[in-house]
Amino acid sequence: MLSAKNITYSVAGKILLQDVSVDFEPGKFNLIIGPNGAGKSTLVKVLCKQLPVSGNGGVYYGEKNINSMSIGELARVRSVLSQNIELAFPLTVTEVVMMGRYPHFTGKPTQKDSVACEEAMRFFDVYTLSERNYMTLSGGEKQRVHFARVLSQIWFPVPDAFRYLILDEPLTFLDVYYQFDFMHKVTALLKNKDMVVIGVVHDLNLAARFADKVALLHRGKVMAVGDKHSVLTKENIMAAYHLEPVIHYKNEEMYLFF
Amino acid sequence: MLGQGNKNILVFPTLVGALVVALLLSMCFGAVNISLDEIVSAFGKVYSNAGELTLNERIFMGIRLPRAILCLFVGASLAVGGVLLQALFRNPIVEPGLVGTSSGAAFGAALYFVLGAVFKVNAGEWTLPIAACAGGILSTALVFTLSQSGQSGRSSIVGLLLTGIAINALFMSGVGFLSYIARDPQARSITFWNLGTLSGASWHAVIITGTSTVLCIAVAMRYTKHLNALMIGEEEAQHLGINIRMLKLTVLAVNVVMIAVATAFVGVISFVGLIVPHLLRIINGSDNRFLVRNGALAGAILLSIADLAARMILRPAELPIGIVTSIIGVPVFIILLRRKNYFF
Repeated sequence: MLSAKNITYSVAGKILLQDVSVDFEPGKFNLIIGPNGAGKSTLVKVLCKQLPVSGNGGVYYGEKNINSMSIGELARVRSVLSQNIELAFPLTVTEVVMMGRYPHFTGKPTQKDSVACEEAMRFFDVYTLSERNYMTLSGGEKQRVHFARVLSQIWFPVPDAFRYLILDEPLTFLDVYYQFDFMHKVTALLKNKDMVVIGVVHDLNLAARFADKVALLHRGKVMAVGDKHSVLTKENIMAAYHLEPVIHYKNEEMYLFF
Repeated sequence: MLGQGNKNILVFPTLVGALVVALLLSMCFGAVNISLDEIVSAFGKVYSNAGELTLNERIFMGIRLPRAILCLFVGASLAVGGVLLQALFRNPIVEPGLVGTSSGAAFGAALYFVLGAVFKVNAGEWTLPIAACAGGILSTALVFTLSQSGQSGRSSIVGLLLTGIAINALFMSGVGFLSYIARDPQARSITFWNLGTLSGASWHAVIITGTSTVLCIAVAMRYTKHLNALMIGEEEAQHLGINIRMLKLTVLAVNVVMIAVATAFVGVISFVGLIVPHLLRIINGSDNRFLVRNGALAGAILLSIADLAARMILRPAELPIGIVTSIIGVPVFIILLRRKNYFF
């Protein structure tokens, strides 16, 4: 389990997160939603140790306080997909995916690292691209290469610990088919009960379709947290987004129209 | 690494072979040609401490050999410096002088040429190298310090790049000012030094430059994986467990020592640090583990050939080596960049 406890973060007097507490549970698809400027990215940065935890707040990876973990230690159990990755120099797809294994080896990659890369590439259907120059790929292909990279980073289970996958707006460059394909694949990964998945998404319908647990952020605070039926209500969405949704049910699935 | 393996296997031995050839050529040819027999006999006499050296053998041991070896170390330093800084700045147009090292060294040298006699500062043959090295280290430290004091107290890599450009401009205008107030022979010395020359090579220079080159490259080899990770971004590299601040400090320190020491003995040699990393990327991809190792070899080869050309073209006079590196380097570089499969 990954827990944020009483996180407050402010910059130059402006409060970006105020007393945010959320538990992200293993085996569940945890999604963070909220309007622009709600503090989603800031929360992700705090969870990833890119911003410090201040005051009496804390971030806990399982039992461990994030402050007691080095970034190297963190990188062996937790991988992060960030938005808008641009490469500075030409690399092959395999070389990019192998970066996911960097926290695990010094010097040369081992057989185990190559296996993780290959299987992660197959999982996200980019193995056929493995010798291609990354810079010649389409936006969607690039995005899938990075899926493979972050998955290879935590491909093997860690003894007595959870693995954490943090996805910051992973669907930006994907068409509808690959958006659903990606969400289905992540759902399949959750069969591994040691996997904690946290995603930031903008599309409320994807949240309604796939989330097992939703945290709705608004103005730096947790407005609602829980299963999708309790969070994605007309009242909550109106308060956060100032738009009135029509919520439609069909075959137990929830659809939102604006 | 998967895939590229076969190509990599060939590149390294090819470079080693080319290095041996380049070294032999630069030992044999120059103002005076020296035969392989004379080289072997010179080594034999020095090793067994027997017999008077002939004139050619003395030229070889005292002038040609230290020059050929210094050339290797300086070339390796410049090329590896280029690899490191391009990787650190995630920017293909960067060369090792970008963080102010060579312009600072040029300013230190110009100060010595113009004001050295006035202030009677003199440390013998060491005065110029010390002045240049101090200038290079000082200006790089200045760039790093100034780039630290952003609003958030963190130095971004873009901030470092921009500060470097500004400080370079400042020191180059300082060099310009000193040339302007200098008397003619002093101004000529400044110009000549700014174009680089290996004619002052000595065994002292070889030992000092060799030590700094070998140590710095050894440290750089340990950080190639970190620099690779930096290619996908600073934040992403942190997610892969890399301490960016430490990486930045280490790479800059390695670069400044290597470049300041090399520049101190031979002056400013342009283009090697820019072109070698690109040549190797075209041949072998952007993995910094290969770029550092092969860059050291390729830089040494390129500078040896350039120095040979500098000695041969106007024989027995010499061209400044910086002119040769640009004349050979620019067209080769442009042709390679225009190849279809080199993407940015």
